[in-house]
Amino acid sequence: MKAEVRIQAFDPWAELSAYQQSLAVRKGGFGATAVFVGTMRDFNQDTAVAAMTLEHYPGMTEKHLESIAREAKTRWAILDTLILHRAGQLQPNEPIVLCAVWSAHRHAAFAACRFLIEELKSRAPFWKKERTENGERWVDHNTAG
Amino acid sequence: MSVKVRFFASLRERLGRTEEVVAFESGDTAGRIWAKATGEAALPSHIFIAVNQQYAREDSVVADGDEVAFLPPVTGG
Repeated sequence: MKAEVRIQAFDPWAELSAYQQSLAVRKGGFGATAVFVGTMRDFNQDTAVAAMTLEHYPGMTEKHLESIAREAKTRWAILDTLILHRAGQLQPNEPIVLCAVWSAHRHAAFAACRFLIEELKSRAPFWKKERTENGERWVDHNTAG
Repeated sequence: MSVKVRFFASLRERLGRTEEVVAFESGDTAGRIWAKATGEAALPSHIFIAVNQQYAREDSVVADGDEVAFLPPVTGG
């Protein structure tokens, strides 16, 4: 189980591959990996977005991500989880978040991965500020999905 | 007795304050800390409260040395 906030851009597919290589679960022990990758768009609410700043609450953020990973493990038969989330200055097309879940069977992996991203989006203390041609603006709520 | 109060994101910018130490009396709640820190402003209904980096409620009683944070709606992911 790993949950980290990253200030530098990361490659979710390289992270996923590296983490899977290091899994404590034996090879052959998992049959499903569900992955969600969130990427920065260059538009929001019909306005072009040039750049974004992601603020967070250091300490509380990591605790929250670890707590939702622990909760997922109590609710579904999953083997391991990986959550990475960006903070700092972002450009469009940069990955914002990676949630991955390993399990024996697909149902638990899909369900737990969905749970992780929805819990993260509704409760983890991150805040987006967008830069548009009209200046900067705080994003006041997440889209319904 | 005192707590460390922290404001984040749009709330920090709107108030023009990041963090400060607020004195309190025994039995004071997180909501009371907000009032003391903001000159008795009403706590907006959309603001979340965290005490010692865990979500808490307006009526959560604070203790000496606690970190009390006020958070606008989160927009991560």
